[in-house]
Amino acid sequence: MKALCWHGKNQVSVDNVPDPKIINDRDIVIKITSTAICGSDLHLYNGFIPTMEDGDIMGHEFMGEVVETGKAVGNLAIGDRVVIPFNIACGNCLHCKKDEWSLCDNSNPNAQLPEKLYGGTPSALFGYSHMYGGYAGGQAEYARVPYGDVGPYKVPEGLTDEQVLFLTDIFPTGYQAAENCNIQAGDTVAIWGCGPVGLFAIKSAFLLGAERVIAIDWVPERLKLAQEAGAEIWDYTKGNTLEYLKEATGGEGPNSCIDSVGMEAHGLSVDNVYDKAKQLARLGSDRPHVLREAIMACGKGGTVSFPGVYGGFLDKIPFGAAFAKGLTFKMGQTHVHRYLPKLMEHIQEGRIDPSFLITHRLPLTDAPQGYKMFKEKTDNCIKVVLKP
Amino acid sequence: MTYTANPYNLANDSDATDPRRIEPEDIRRADLPPSAPLHGAHGYPNVALPERIVSGLAGAALTTFAVTKRRDVSGAALALAGGYLMYRAASGHCPGYAALHTGTTHATTGSPTTDSPTAVIPHGQGIKVEKSFVIQRPASELFAYWRNFENLPRFMDHLESVTIQDDTHSHWVAKAPFGKTVAWDAEIINEIPDRLIAWRSTENADIPNTGSVSFKPATGGRGTVLKVNLEYLPPAGILGMAVAKLFGEEPNQQVSDDLRRFKSLMEAGEIPTVEGQPQGNKEGFTHRKPLLKTTM
Repeated sequence: MKALCWHGKNQVSVDNVPDPKIINDRDIVIKITSTAICGSDLHLYNGFIPTMEDGDIMGHEFMGEVVETGKAVGNLAIGDRVVIPFNIACGNCLHCKKDEWSLCDNSNPNAQLPEKLYGGTPSALFGYSHMYGGYAGGQAEYARVPYGDVGPYKVPEGLTDEQVLFLTDIFPTGYQAAENCNIQAGDTVAIWGCGPVGLFAIKSAFLLGAERVIAIDWVPERLKLAQEAGAEIWDYTKGNTLEYLKEATGGEGPNSCIDSVGMEAHGLSVDNVYDKAKQLARLGSDRPHVLREAIMACGKGGTVSFPGVYGGFLDKIPFGAAFAKGLTFKMGQTHVHRYLPKLMEHIQEGRIDPSFLITHRLPLTDAPQGYKMFKEKTDNCIKVVLKP
Repeated sequence: MTYTANPYNLANDSDATDPRRIEPEDIRRADLPPSAPLHGAHGYPNVALPERIVSGLAGAALTTFAVTKRRDVSGAALALAGGYLMYRAASGHCPGYAALHTGTTHATTGSPTTDSPTAVIPHGQGIKVEKSFVIQRPASELFAYWRNFENLPRFMDHLESVTIQDDTHSHWVAKAPFGKTVAWDAEIINEIPDRLIAWRSTENADIPNTGSVSFKPATGGRGTVLKVNLEYLPPAGILGMAVAKLFGEEPNQQVSDDLRRFKSLMEAGEIPTVEGQPQGNKEGFTHRKPLLKTTM
């Protein structure tokens, strides 16, 4: 089959590789009908996630048709259309039973790596480095899906691939980010980053009862989509974001802040130049400019929610500000399985159509160009969907 | 899916009257056969901790008194006695107790038997590993799987096979470098159904070893705490290389990996793996080793 493989920083190619097969009894194999490039794939593309190996198949947002089921999978039939959560979870461990699927104890064959680095292992992920299990990803024609009896979610009749594809990651991720904010009626939520996750966080914040959402970015087409989603927009290159947020909220600060940017923040602030230098010199893995700003901006007693990915040791974090204002921090990979029934219902009822952010549809063979375009934000690129 | 507080209704471990409760001594005896130290030449601990503290304080007082107040022959004798007490305190070994074949540690309070086996691992020479995992299955189920030693190679990577010979004896074969194997016979020396299994290698083992595995209910009915204690004697030479390969540079990590596989097998019914999955071409690009060093 054809698959998009990682070969090093900024080096990906579509290779001919062997077809996947059933390895464990709970595996299934699906024929992929749609797959997408995620913002977090850019962290791999840019070489910031350790433990990638030459030849690794990328991609964790994918869906398709069941073509083979393992002996222990009784709930799926050949031909079923399914979306696949990007995290791999067994469904049996304490965390899965607590609905904390991205913290699954059992899915990561390389659990000792995050165990050493983080003191505990999150669940494995598709196509996201060996530290996260080394599972082949879904930017391919076929994929093996472990724990096929608990992960894949059947797509109801009448919904297109493009309507449900983003249930695999970015829609639940934006939704969890907003849910983590414990939004109360009348709340104002500030959201850094109007990429796909940020845009879903905006829509989710409104679904959960926020009165105002302030969206922060600089890319015009992203700000445009944010505005269309109902957010007030702020181009951070136009002035001081902290002062703007203060003024926009009558001096109170937003009730909650969402950092949907993560470890590769852009911008020319003093702290970000310092972070960038550190990152280039491999002295640090993260550029936590947004994290710092969100903490400083957040109103007293508020919540800062981090759907953006961080990987290592951060410094110059205004922890004193967080303490003084009694802030709550919520973070972590998304428990996709938890949100699928509810979000599928939102889509079926027409309350949201996730396909609004697709800007590019490419054949899988053009994936390398898709990566380059998405990274450089050329051609107004916001979201690339690949068709194998 | 909702989280059930106590899915297996496991007994609360705080109940001291629970007949299945493991006393620390059960495991200690398993690790160190009561008779073993009595055959050791010297140096093994036979003085219990409280006695060592008292011995140390008394020894220090006696020595201080001797050198500051009595500068004659009786002072020298007192200083010698003080030094002896401090040696017992520091080493935990009392030559006097040893001569009398007694002591105040758990290992020495048991009565010597006539047919006592030799020590599996001389004191201080073995490599010890202790590792715990919580597993969301009832203790009885975990015990039953483990008690059938022939199951162990399924999750212990370095084991090739275990053959059960009778109710307490088994033959173990482990992988070694160059396609070779190392082997030993083991006997169960303590067993409490659903709670504890302790074993040790018998004579002429390639790798003398002893170990125990215990199963205790976790707090709040959240599964079972499995704890493994292992001690083995790394031999020299080619065998030493084999052992280094078996247990790696970090024996703790090996045991931890094995137990994690056991947990996955018991909870999820299978061991996660990516062996046999497709991967792309490697030619033409720089291979990056899967290390954590670069950016963290």
